[in-house]
Amino acid sequence: MRRQGPLIITFITGAVIILQYFIPHRPFSDLQQLFNSWFLVIAVFALILGIGNLSKIHIGRVVRRREHWPYSIVLIVGFVIMFSAGVIWGIQRGTPFYYIFWNIHIPMGSTMFALLAFFVASASYRAFRARTPEATVLLVSAIIVMLSRVPLGNFIWKDLPLVGDWIMAYPNMAGQRAIWMGIALGVVSTSLRIILGIERTYLSGR
Amino acid sequence: MTTDIGTWIAALLTLCIFSFLYRDNPFYKFAEHLFVGISAAYWVCYYIYNILIPNLYNPLFIQGQLLFIIPLILGVMMLMRLFPQPAWMSRFPLAFIVGTYAGYNFITYLQTYAIDQVRATMVRVVDVSAWQEFFAHPGVVSFFNAIAIPVVVVGVITGLIYFFFSREHKGVFGGLARTGVWFLMIAFGASFGYTVMARISLLIGRLYFLLHDWLQLI
Repeated sequence: MRRQGPLIITFITGAVIILQYFIPHRPFSDLQQLFNSWFLVIAVFALILGIGNLSKIHIGRVVRRREHWPYSIVLIVGFVIMFSAGVIWGIQRGTPFYYIFWNIHIPMGSTMFALLAFFVASASYRAFRARTPEATVLLVSAIIVMLSRVPLGNFIWKDLPLVGDWIMAYPNMAGQRAIWMGIALGVVSTSLRIILGIERTYLSGR
Repeated sequence: MTTDIGTWIAALLTLCIFSFLYRDNPFYKFAEHLFVGISAAYWVCYYIYNILIPNLYNPLFIQGQLLFIIPLILGVMMLMRLFPQPAWMSRFPLAFIVGTYAGYNFITYLQTYAIDQVRATMVRVVDVSAWQEFFAHPGVVSFFNAIAIPVVVVGVITGLIYFFFSREHKGVFGGLARTGVWFLMIAFGASFGYTVMARISLLIGRLYFLLHDWLQLI
């Protein structure tokens, strides 16, 4: 039961979702809506599970005074303040939750991603060495696309922005399309394997 | 310099994160942990108000639809994973999520990324009007427009040939596969360039915030 039950559930839910696509009528359409709603609820519980795990790790780190434990207090306090603000006053505009979101969450999120600009630049310095013809093509393509998106590109050659757009719209799209088709075939076959119970690694490999 | 407390907090935390460019330090670690804590709480609250209340609390406790007790039970079973003894119970909700997700992925990827992409590639290779335009007004732009569709068709076919590993990449087949690699390299380069510019744009945004909103120098 512990092994067969989950496999049966996976088969039924996966089969219903696929069937409703080909037969968009009752009872499959109703079942799909119901399953969709349940899926969202269970996914939120999965998030709560993740939060539970995060709390377990950081509370354990504080209790055992492990390395960098004061930062775990920062994490826990940040979580408790934001969560309490959301539960007590709601999450609408003008609430303390929104204030923290706007003045702490948003700036830190954008700065984290902005920080990647430096690491991408240093990585590209190492990666962009035109050792082979293929690497040269990658280098030239990246440089044209980058230059075409700044005023300097237009200054160098007035048609460069058009060439950059053309690369994005045609050769880039052709390469992306070939990649996506390969990914799609892989996802379709893996999904079928999961639904039919051939792929069981999500059940701890048993 | 601004007197707004929120802007000051945002600016100091921004500087804490940028301090990582020097090296890992206590200021960065503080901001990093604060960000993780606040992000986790943000998403929990967001999902409580936007998913749990409309999809579980309202149907079950307000409208009295008893069928919604099933996702509640499955959700609680999911939380059992935190405890070693009843951890096996989490397999049932996990199976529900995996099954639904596999079903949706099967449809989405088959339709959007396989069938629709094949359909979009099955086009007339020679665009007569584009070539007429090129011969009437020869130039770089008109030439690129004329060869655009053949480039897409050749790029997709040769790219797919490169991913076909059931036959050795030798001879004509190998040559086509190598052409496919070139298209893939163009795609990777373009994606890389695009990503770099997006990150630079975010960096400009943060610097503008510091210099304009906080220090009010520009």
